[in-house]
Amino acid sequence: MSLHRFKWRNLYLWLVFIVLYAPIIFLIVYSFSKGDTMNNFHGFTWSHYQDLFADSRLIAIFLDTLLIALLSSILATVIGTLGALGINNTTKAITKNTLLSLNNILMVSPDVIIGASFLIFFTALKIPLGFGSVLLSHIAFSIPIVVLMVLPKIQEMSGSLLDAAADLGANNWQLLSQVVVPYIMPGIFSGFFMALTYSLDDFAVTFFVTGNGFSTLSVEIYSRARQGINLEINALSGLMFLMALVLVVGYYFINQYSSRHRHTATRGRRK
Amino acid sequence: MQRKQRLSRNTAYFIPYMLWIVLFVIAPVLLLIYQSFFDINGQLTLANYQTYFSSNTYLMMTLNSVWYAFLITLATLIISYPTAYVLNETKHPQLWLLLIIMPTWINLLLKAYAFIGIFSQAGIANQFLSFIGIGPKQLLFTNFSFIFVAAYIQIPFMVLPIYNSISELNPSYVNASRDLGATNWQTFSKVIFPLTLPGVKAGIQAVFIPSLSLFMLTRLIGGNKVITLGTAIEEHFLTTMNWGMGSTIGVVLIIAMVIIMLLTGGGKRRTRKGLTK
Repeated sequence: MSLHRFKWRNLYLWLVFIVLYAPIIFLIVYSFSKGDTMNNFHGFTWSHYQDLFADSRLIAIFLDTLLIALLSSILATVIGTLGALGINNTTKAITKNTLLSLNNILMVSPDVIIGASFLIFFTALKIPLGFGSVLLSHIAFSIPIVVLMVLPKIQEMSGSLLDAAADLGANNWQLLSQVVVPYIMPGIFSGFFMALTYSLDDFAVTFFVTGNGFSTLSVEIYSRARQGINLEINALSGLMFLMALVLVVGYYFINQYSSRHRHTATRGRRK
Repeated sequence: MQRKQRLSRNTAYFIPYMLWIVLFVIAPVLLLIYQSFFDINGQLTLANYQTYFSSNTYLMMTLNSVWYAFLITLATLIISYPTAYVLNETKHPQLWLLLIIMPTWINLLLKAYAFIGIFSQAGIANQFLSFIGIGPKQLLFTNFSFIFVAAYIQIPFMVLPIYNSISELNPSYVNASRDLGATNWQTFSKVIFPLTLPGVKAGIQAVFIPSLSLFMLTRLIGGNKVITLGTAIEEHFLTTMNWGMGSTIGVVLIIAMVIIMLLTGGGKRRTRKGLTK
């Protein structure tokens, strides 16, 4: 009886699992299909990948997307980490809570609102739409996640560590660069990774602030998908799936590292 | 205490973050509200709100958007709750959870694009329908396909918070309920569900708000038949260039968001990627 029920439960889980992955696998499988529809598999070919690598417009957009992602996540990580340090240093509970609430506004707001309000903002400041406006937006919506990833690490750090360093004659800069930053590094890395994936994935905000000349992969996929099936997009999805896989594995290892780090840290403190 | 004085003396490092809060959090929202009081000719007016509240089109659109968001949330919840529940009973729940969350790392547009292929006239879904004898149907550009794809995209965001609250549930409550003679259904409806309600609420919040604003899906999958608040905002900002009206709908969307957050207990944040703790 119990064996019977057990099977049904697993079947359900497998079913959900299959439904979640089927469309992604479907996309990638058809990136290797001859012909130009996603209806029948016509035999194996690399030609869509060859088209993809010969498509200089797409390659340029891909590089732009990467550049935006790297620049925005590095800058967001720096600003967010400093912000988290600042939030941690606030003495009044009310200031801290207000700052945290403000920090979370961009995390709960729908993308359309962020996009539309940034568009008004850039227009009001006469910032031209294009690379700059997209970069600024990506930095802006990545900062809160960095703060949320770094802040727990800072709070975990024991105050006596800082006092010891200061007693030994470290100045503010040394305190930050030699004690605080190395300690919270795992949090900084997780924040950076999250910022990177946010930027690579964003469509709605970018769509609003991108203007005419500049495009990122998501926006380009949207405009091509509106014109119908094009197996070059399938090939692109194969590559992006690989990229996502690398990011997930990277994130996983950082998390592993940080939890190991945390374990040794607590053990050390207990001694 | 000594440490705090020492570090707070120098607050220069905090300036970029404060600038971000002022420029990119507070200013844009204020500008959006400000913009909603201007008509298409740049005149300061309440006309946008008048139009919105006196026009059947806008009110029906809002109702429609809320209705579809409700359907999407319901569909997601019905699929996700059992998933989270079964997930908790497996031998390696963390691994399963990771596998369920993985698809959120794939670009949303690519997932939507996959369904354009799957639901197309001669696509795999219609081939299957023909195979089991129902015959091909128009799937793409229907309300059904919109709800299906939206639910597909949102499932991981619903599973995660529900799983978290189920895994925190103390199994001795369930055992106690069984020992006291409750049936499976009674145990579920009187013990398990009420105790995991916070997770359900967090999940509803995580799914309902984005469902009000998904404009790319209404275009790519819904064939513009469903107009959500998000679609309307996008249309006003980027097509008809009536920013005032777009901002007015934006204000409505913000109010809807606040109402939902109040109803579901606020505070909880949705992350676009499931992997944050």
